[in-house]
Amino acid sequence: MALPEAKQTATEARLAALTLPEGGCLAAARHAALSRVQTMGLPGRRDEYWKYTRPDTLVQADVPEAAVFETGEPPMFNDFDRLKVVFVDGVFDAEASDDLSLEGITIERLADAEKKDIHWAKDLYGVLEARGQTPVQRPLAALNSAFATDGVVIHVTGKPSKPINLIYRHADTGSDAILHHVIRVDAGAEATILENGPAAARFNKCMEIDVADTGSLHLVRAQGRDHERRAATHLFARLGKESVFKSFTLTVNGVLTRNEAVIELTGDDAVAHIAGACVGDGDFHHDDTVFITHDALNCESRQVFKKVLRNGATGVFQGKILVKEGAQKTDGYQISQSLLLDDDSQFLAKPELEIYADDVACSHGSTSGAIDEEGLFYLRSRGVPKAEAIDLMTLAFLAEAVEEIEDGDVADAIIARLQGWLARRH
Amino acid sequence: MAALDQTQVKEGVDQETVDAVREVGGAYKYGWETDIEMEYAPKGVNPDIVRLISEKNEEPEWMTEWRLQAFERWEKMDEPDWAMVSYPEIDFQDQYYYARPKSMEVKPKSLDEVDPKLLATYEKLGIPLKEQMILAGVEGAGDTPEEGRKVAVDAVFDSVSVGTTFQKELKEAGVIFCSISEAIREHPELVKKYLGSVVPVSDNFYATLNSAVFSDGSFVYVPPGVRCPMELSTYFRINAENTGQFERTLIIADKGSYVSYLEGCTAPQRDTAQLHAAVVEIIVEEDAEVKYSTVQNWYPGDENGKGGIYNFVTKRADCRGDRAKVMWTQVETGSAVTWKYPSCILRGDESQGEFYSIAIANNMQQADTGTKMVHLGKNTKSRIVSKGISAGKAQNTYRGLVSMHPKAKNSRNYTQCDSLLIGDKCGAHTVPYIEVKNNSSRVEHEATTSKVDDDQLFYCRQRGMDEEEAVALVVNGFCKDVLQALPMEFAMEAQQLVAISLEGSVG
Repeated sequence: MALPEAKQTATEARLAALTLPEGGCLAAARHAALSRVQTMGLPGRRDEYWKYTRPDTLVQADVPEAAVFETGEPPMFNDFDRLKVVFVDGVFDAEASDDLSLEGITIERLADAEKKDIHWAKDLYGVLEARGQTPVQRPLAALNSAFATDGVVIHVTGKPSKPINLIYRHADTGSDAILHHVIRVDAGAEATILENGPAAARFNKCMEIDVADTGSLHLVRAQGRDHERRAATHLFARLGKESVFKSFTLTVNGVLTRNEAVIELTGDDAVAHIAGACVGDGDFHHDDTVFITHDALNCESRQVFKKVLRNGATGVFQGKILVKEGAQKTDGYQISQSLLLDDDSQFLAKPELEIYADDVACSHGSTSGAIDEEGLFYLRSRGVPKAEAIDLMTLAFLAEAVEEIEDGDVADAIIARLQGWLARRH
Repeated sequence: MAALDQTQVKEGVDQETVDAVREVGGAYKYGWETDIEMEYAPKGVNPDIVRLISEKNEEPEWMTEWRLQAFERWEKMDEPDWAMVSYPEIDFQDQYYYARPKSMEVKPKSLDEVDPKLLATYEKLGIPLKEQMILAGVEGAGDTPEEGRKVAVDAVFDSVSVGTTFQKELKEAGVIFCSISEAIREHPELVKKYLGSVVPVSDNFYATLNSAVFSDGSFVYVPPGVRCPMELSTYFRINAENTGQFERTLIIADKGSYVSYLEGCTAPQRDTAQLHAAVVEIIVEEDAEVKYSTVQNWYPGDENGKGGIYNFVTKRADCRGDRAKVMWTQVETGSAVTWKYPSCILRGDESQGEFYSIAIANNMQQADTGTKMVHLGKNTKSRIVSKGISAGKAQNTYRGLVSMHPKAKNSRNYTQCDSLLIGDKCGAHTVPYIEVKNNSSRVEHEATTSKVDDDQLFYCRQRGMDEEEAVALVVNGFCKDVLQALPMEFAMEAQQLVAISLEGSVG
C-alpha cells in the first residue's frame, strides 16, 4: 500500500540525510531494516500510535538544536563501583571509558563486532526489533537498526562483579545520535546495566535484549540533565523460561521523550517488571509506551508508571498487556498515575488489555488528580511546612515506581535526585 | 428454562406477562419472520433513493436537501477500521434502504386501522400495541401504582413506524411522542433546531449514511418542568430480507423535565448479514434528566458466524444546561457485530453522565462498545460501569474516552470495566483513552479480566445447582451493578438474557 504523500515526503527527506553503513556481518540486517522503514514510513502526527505525542521533531531531517545543560551536580551513579562505557554525542569515547574486560561478561563496540564475518549478535541485531513491529509499527526503531552508527554488544555469560554503566554525554548543540545496543544473557547469568545522561541534542536509541532461560537482567536508567534534548528510545526484550527482566527509568526534564518498551514473555514462568518515574516542569513532554506480550504459561508482568507534572508539562502513558491464546495463568498488572501539581499540566493515557486466554488475572488502573488536600492538611496540622509536606506527598506518590528497583543503593540515588528536583522548585 | 419455571410469580400477575417472559427462554426466540407483503425501493443507495425516501415520508424540501447534503459527504468518507471487529466487506449497493409493509401505504389513522398481521407480530414479540397496562408484577415492583405501569410504545417495522400508543394521554401532559417522520411534518421548528445538533451530519461514516437515508424512528419532546407520565419505548423490528434499517431517534428534554426511554430490538434468523445503522440524539437542557435504556437483542448469527445483524450505531447525549443529567444503560446480547459508543457531552456546569453496560458475546459474535464522557463544564460528574462477557469464540472490546477539558474544573470520573471470559477460545479487550487537562479533576479507571471464579462455582454446585445454572448465577452477580440501573421491566428481561446468551458456553 502506498504511503500517504506527506508521510512519504517526510520519510524520504529523513532518509536522504542519512548514510547506510555498508559491509560487515550486519549489512543484510541493516538493509532489511531500511526496507521496513520505507514500507512503514516514519511516524506522522495522524498516526494512532502517536495520538498524544507529536513525532515531527523526532522525524525531521534537521536536528532541532539543544543547548548543553550544566547542572553543577555530579553525574548520576558517580560514586558507584561500575564499569564505565562512555558515548559523547553518540560516539564511543575509549579514553573516557574503562577497560571493557570483566569476568562473566563480554563487551564489544558494535562497529568491531560488525566487522567480523561471524558474530552471535547477527542473530539478534534487528531481529527482535523486527518482531516488535507487529501488531504496532515502530518505524523509528527500524530507522535505528538501519542507520545506527555506534553502540555496544554485550554478552552476559556469568555474574559480573559490578554493573555496566552506559554514560551518554552531550557536547554539541546540534548532535543527532543513533545508538544500537544488543544484549544477550545466557542461561543462569545475571547482570545489571545502568544508563544515564542526555546523549545528544536528538537521541534515537534502540536496545535489543535476549534473556535465555533462567537468566536475569536489571536495567536502571536516568534520563535527563538536559532541558532541550529530544529522545526516542526503544527497548525490545525477549524472555525465556524462568527468566527475569526488570527495568526502571527515571526521567527528569527534556523537551520530548518517548520511551517504548516491547517485551515478549516466551518461556513459562518468566517475570517482567517495567517501571518508570518521571518529573516534568514546564516545556516537557514525556511518553511511556509499553507493550507486553504473554505467550507462555504462568508468567508475570508488572507495569508501574508515575508522573509528576507542573507548569504545563505533559505526561503520556500508552500501555498494553496482550495475553495470547494458551498463555494461561498469566498475572498481568498495570498502573499508571499522574499527580498534577498545577492546573496547566496534563495527563493523557491509554491503558489497554487484549486477552485471549480465560484463566488469567489481569488488571489495570489509571488515575489522575491533584495533591490530596486532606493528606496535606494532616501533615500541616502536625507542623510540617507546606512546601515540605508537598514534597513528602510527591515522593510518597512516586515511591511505588521507585520500589521496583531491587538494588537499595540505586534506589537511594534515584530518590536523592527526585528530592533535589523538588527542593529546587521551592 | 428451569430457572424461569422456578421463578415465583406473584399472585395476580397477568398470564400474558409470564408467557412473554417465558418466550425469552431458550435459544434465539425472535428468529421467525412475518409473512407480509412488502414494498421496496430499488436496491442500492444514490441521490434518487434519498429523494424517494424523503418523498415517501412526505418531507418538506429542506429535509430532502439536508439528506442530499449528507449523502454527498458520505460518498467521500471511508468506512472506519479501527474497531476490533472483522467482517466481510459490506456492499452498500446490494441492499434495500427502504421497505415498508404494503398495508402501510396509506397511513392508518389509529391503531385500530393497522394491519392485524403487524399487530400480531408485536403481540408475538411480547409488545402488545394495545393501550393497555403493562402489568409488571414481577419482583421489585413494590412501588408500582395499583393500576399498573404504563409504557407508551412506538413500533418501527423495517423502515416505517407502525403506530405509537398513548399519544393522546401524552399530549395532555404536553409531551410529544411520535415517529420522526410525523415530527418532521408536524413539528418542523423543533426538528430543524435540534436534528444533527448533537451528532453532526458528517460525524462518522455510519451516522452520515443514516442522515441521508434514515426512514423513520422516534421523536420525543418533553416541555419544561414536565415529568413524562409514563415510560416511553421504541421497539425496532427488522423483518424484510437484504434490508438495512436506518432509524433516527431525537429526544429533547427541556428545562427541568424528566423522561425514561426504553429501546428494544429483534430480527429474524437469516443466513445473510443485515445492516442496522441508527443514530440517537438526546438534548438535555437545564435541570432535565433523561434515562435511556436499551436491550439489544438483534439476531446474532448462528454458532458458525453465519448471518446476524451488523449493528453500527451512533448514540450521543448533549447535556446543554446546568445540572442536566443523562443515564445510558445497555444490555447488548445480540448482533453479529456491534460498534456502538453511547456518549455524553457534559457541557453544562454540574451536569452528570452515567453509562452502565453489559455486553455479552457468544459463539462468533464481536462487540466493540463503550462510551465517551467529554467533560466541558465545571463540577461535572461521570461514571462508567462496563461488564463484558465473552464465551465461545467471541471477541468483546470495551473502548472508551474520558476527557477532562481545561475548563472542566473539579470534575470527577470513575470508570470500572470488568471482563469475564468463559472458555479459552474467546477474547476480552479494554481500550480506554483518558485525557486529563486540569488538576482539580479526578479521574479513576479500573479494569480487571478474570474467569468465572472456581470457588464460587463450587459453592453453587455444592448447593445442588447444575453447572449452567451456577455460571448464570455468578454472571448475574457480576452484572448486578448494571442490572440494577435498568428500569424494572427491562431488568427482568435482561436477567433472563444474561442466562440465555451463555447457554452452551460451559464445558
